[in-house]
Amino acid sequence: MSTVEQAIVDRGADRRPRRWHILVFLAPAALVYTAIMILPLIETLRLSLFNVKDGQSVFVGLGNFNVLFGDPRWAASFWNALRNNFVFFLIHMIVQNPIGVALAALLSVPKLRFGAFYRTAMFLPTLLSFVIVGFIWKLILSPIWGVSPFLLDLVGLKSIFSPWLGKPGTALIAVSLISVWQYVGIPMMLIYAAMLNIPDEVLEAAECDGVTGWSQFWKIKLPLILPSIGIISILTFVGNFNAFDLVYTVQGALAGPDGSTDILGTLLYRTFFGFQLQIGDKSMGATIATVMFLIILTGVCLYLFAIQRRMRRYQF
Amino acid sequence: MAKPTASPLRTGLVHLALGAYTLIALFPVFLVVINSFKDRASIFRDPLAIPTPSTFSLIGYNTVLTQGDFVLYFQNSFIVTAVSIFFVLLFGAMAAFALSEYRFKGNTLMGLYLALGIMIPIRLGTVAILQGMVAAGLVNTLTALILVYTAQGLPLAVFILNEFMRTVSDDLKNAGRIDGLSEYSIFFRLVLPLVKPAMATVAVFTMIPIWNDLWFPLILAPSDATKTVTLGSQVFIGQFVTNWNAVLAALTLAIVPVLVLYLIFSRQLIRGITSGAVK
Repeated sequence: MSTVEQAIVDRGADRRPRRWHILVFLAPAALVYTAIMILPLIETLRLSLFNVKDGQSVFVGLGNFNVLFGDPRWAASFWNALRNNFVFFLIHMIVQNPIGVALAALLSVPKLRFGAFYRTAMFLPTLLSFVIVGFIWKLILSPIWGVSPFLLDLVGLKSIFSPWLGKPGTALIAVSLISVWQYVGIPMMLIYAAMLNIPDEVLEAAECDGVTGWSQFWKIKLPLILPSIGIISILTFVGNFNAFDLVYTVQGALAGPDGSTDILGTLLYRTFFGFQLQIGDKSMGATIATVMFLIILTGVCLYLFAIQRRMRRYQF
Repeated sequence: MAKPTASPLRTGLVHLALGAYTLIALFPVFLVVINSFKDRASIFRDPLAIPTPSTFSLIGYNTVLTQGDFVLYFQNSFIVTAVSIFFVLLFGAMAAFALSEYRFKGNTLMGLYLALGIMIPIRLGTVAILQGMVAAGLVNTLTALILVYTAQGLPLAVFILNEFMRTVSDDLKNAGRIDGLSEYSIFFRLVLPLVKPAMATVAVFTMIPIWNDLWFPLILAPSDATKTVTLGSQVFIGQFVTNWNAVLAALTLAIVPVLVLYLIFSRQLIRGITSGAVK
């Protein structure tokens, strides 16, 4: 034992004095982050492999996942939530991001007047909480108030109005579009930044070759902002598969009507925390959280390994 | 083909499109704010009219301020947000300094480990976080929220500040060392003042999700004494859902602080985003 101690002392003596300040600088962040974020995440993953039987926690392997994917009591609501979540994401990708790119392209028109005003105004909804955004739109779309029919009447479309949030067929689209309204500011800003970073020489060279206006956007700018579009896509993906607040605010924890706006976040909340007659279930909650984790992880890995590596080529 | 210089027609179309979208972005907020100052009948009779002396009414605000505990909710939100930002900035800057300044074993690994949290949402660990908070007796305390938000804000803070701290000149730090400053005084007296702009950016980025979060207040601190303004307005509006005056007034009260902060910090925020701080 003493020889081991001796060896440690010897080895320490060869080195520089221990730089304790590095530890002091790193410790608070590492401790808080590990204790509140990483360990609970690992514990949640572990809990998904256990279930309570006769009041005792028992290891069940992938049993919880079997129940979630296959048991008639769980599977229907799970697959429903998963499908809705993909629709939710898809609507963001095909509505939010193109609008964001279009607004950014308009904002980056050279010598644009009031540019700062437009930017500030269009980014405002992004900062509001889901509670505010959810209720504002609930009021506006409410047939009781009549603002939407009135506005639609102004453009002669009164006949298309219906209580969109209350119909199973349209509720998910309506909620997704509310979310798009709120978050369009983020792709707009990131793409705007990317467009400002395109070197003037490139654009001047394009203009010398007669590539201007629309064709300049499609042939020069769009390929150069592809990396930013990749970042936006992954941010949208993570945000959407982690979403909860807006649906909860607009449609309540049951994500009605008839579960048509239920996404993984609201399913997790109801499962884990319980709602009305349903009792909270920790193991199944952890299982759903694990599924969400795996989906997000897959998305992030796909982005990091496939998309980003390919897009690097376009960067300067 | 179009000339390189913008024609008046094209500029006009650009302004038309941007103006139209600005209207879409602002109109809902505007509508709620003007109607919160009207009496019930005129909210329904003419939603788009600006309040006039005859339709002006503060009944909604009256209900909110007498029935809801909004002063307390604001205070809770303020404490949680301010304390969390303080710890995120302090711990984040310290860790970023260690990572950018010193070479040591596991430096890159530590950086990657801390960066994990940028992409993986802390929400997924909720089941175990609640379990831990119950064990620690922290349920229904603001401390629980502060701890969670500090952990949530740290990854991005370390990432952004790390980049900025690499730009602080080595000569300056070495001059400090020769003058006998300890590593701690180099950090607090030389480096921190120089990265203030980056700290402000991080503060704004950290603040928004914390102030607006509904999930953790709902799960960790739903008691009356610890409700944040986001959860408080959610519950209040849920209870008063047929009292349109009160709902509109509560929404306006919840918008105002965000609006004021945004008008103060918008330049900082937009510069932060467009300078590539979040990439």
